[in-house]
Amino acid sequence: MSWGLESVSVVFGDTIALEEVSLQARAGDIAVVVGGDGAGKTTLCRALVGLDEVASGAVSRPPRTGFQPETSGVWGDLTVAENLQFVAGAYDIDPGRAGRRITELLEVTQLVDARDRLGRELSGGMRQKLGVTMAVLSDPDLLVLDEPTTGLDPVSRVELWSFIALAAREGRAVVVTTAYVDEAARASTVLALDEGSVLAEGTVAAVVEAMPGRVYQSLVAGGVNSWRRGESWRVWSPDGSVPLGGIATVPDLSDVVTVAALAREATR
Amino acid sequence: MLAMILKEFRQVGRDRRTLAMLIVMPVVLLLVFGYAASFDVTEIPTMVVGDGAATRADLLPPVFAVETVAVEAGREAAEAALVAGEAHVAFVIDGGGATALIDGSELFMARTAVQVVTAMSAQVPGLTQEVLFNPELDTSAVLVPGLAGLIIVFVGTLVTSMSVVREREAGTLEQLAVMPFKPKDVFIGKIAPYFLIAAIDIVIILVIGTVVFDVPFNGSVLPLALGAVLFLFVALGIGVLISSVSENQAQAIQLAIMTLLPQIILSGIIFPLTSMAAGVRWIGYILPLTYFNLVAKGVMVRGASFGDLLIPMGLLGGLGAVIFGAAVVRFARQLRPARSGAPT
Repeated sequence: MSWGLESVSVVFGDTIALEEVSLQARAGDIAVVVGGDGAGKTTLCRALVGLDEVASGAVSRPPRTGFQPETSGVWGDLTVAENLQFVAGAYDIDPGRAGRRITELLEVTQLVDARDRLGRELSGGMRQKLGVTMAVLSDPDLLVLDEPTTGLDPVSRVELWSFIALAAREGRAVVVTTAYVDEAARASTVLALDEGSVLAEGTVAAVVEAMPGRVYQSLVAGGVNSWRRGESWRVWSPDGSVPLGGIATVPDLSDVVTVAALAREATR
Repeated sequence: MLAMILKEFRQVGRDRRTLAMLIVMPVVLLLVFGYAASFDVTEIPTMVVGDGAATRADLLPPVFAVETVAVEAGREAAEAALVAGEAHVAFVIDGGGATALIDGSELFMARTAVQVVTAMSAQVPGLTQEVLFNPELDTSAVLVPGLAGLIIVFVGTLVTSMSVVREREAGTLEQLAVMPFKPKDVFIGKIAPYFLIAAIDIVIILVIGTVVFDVPFNGSVLPLALGAVLFLFVALGIGVLISSVSENQAQAIQLAIMTLLPQIILSGIIFPLTSMAAGVRWIGYILPLTYFNLVAKGVMVRGASFGDLLIPMGLLGGLGAVIFGAAVVRFARQLRPARSGAPT
């Protein structure tokens, strides 16, 4: 079973927030949407869960969709347990079953000791974990998480991704947006957005494979088509020619997304 | 320091709504309240009943605006008219004498009437006066019912508007939108606590008013309760409407205050509506507190029944239907803009 967007466009006044974007999230898979600020990640999530109207295209989502907004969606003046109990009540989950499921999820997310703390007293990482837990609690078929790892420390990011992976293993279709390209490497499929339109899409391997030209490593910058990676530079050669001092390198997803952005810039 | 001043000017300039409020509102408030702030009573709705009522009515000083003359009627009908608020002074002609029945629930009118009738009685033998409902012309008896209304406005409008905006600012309104709630479930759930708190507030204020300030409670609880419920719906509806046009809590507070101030000044709880210039008096007639004040004062001080208060009750109900309905529609639209298409 898969859910998602088919050639969806979202327009706000004169601004095209999403332009003919497609995304399919299959049960058990994680689809990662990656992009910078203003790329359209939040609009995609909102369109997918039905919060923003689409101007054209089709949206498919199951009756039970879990959603974590960009702000974590946690009620700051409710405790961790109260937040989860409210969600369980909203989905009319049997209190006994809800209690067991809440305890189970709190153990998985290591929030057991924080169950009586107010949402606003939680650290950023704990709040995001609680947000994802709230989205998972109703056992949704589709889980949509809008930038759950933004602003988190590396350890919290790893913990949160473990939990997201677990949610997918339980058979859910998961859509996660992020500004961190390295996180996209964890995905079954990747959709890279820039200013509302698609830069690259497909499996990580397919996206890397489809990259035009070649990427070289160099100790010197190579003009507009170069970017810093650690102590050296990466240089994109659209026609594959070797730049001065360049050593051919296998591009990773971060390189591919950068190349896609440069390629688009070159065509404008 | 110059950089700091420049930064502040830029920030103030960007917040157009606050800027407009800072510049336009003082002028508007001064003009409106300047015309409204008057304790001078120039016109008192009056009725004259009994033998020779028509002749006597013509002889009354102009401050008594005679609206009803009933030769056949007596004191009972006059008192009933005062209870219903149809007149605020009634001259009852009986044999050689006459009694001026004065409605004590309208403080400034009553004081003016007492003054004028006292002056008249020096020249008109047999003219007596009687202040009904609030014989001591006690200020708190007249103010407490209106203050109860003000508390409802405060809780219902200000607190409710902030609560909904806070939810939006925190991003939790989106959470609610994707949950299997109908918009009306969220709406009712959101306002229910404030409805209850405001209802408890009213009871506390009225109990304190009657026990501590000796405010009379001459009527029945039922019409007052009904009036309060209708008024609560209007106040909560205004709160939700404000929240639907406010981007943050500061804007919600500003807008709520803009609806609170006219209600304090122009609803008749402080300044009599009849003393206001006609140009601003009409504002008072579209404010919900005006009608709640009529209901509360009518029931508590004059002992008015439901039948006596049909007009203010009906107008409160009408305002409630319009404002509450608009609030529900806007809230639902904001909560679920794209939910019309069923998920597949």
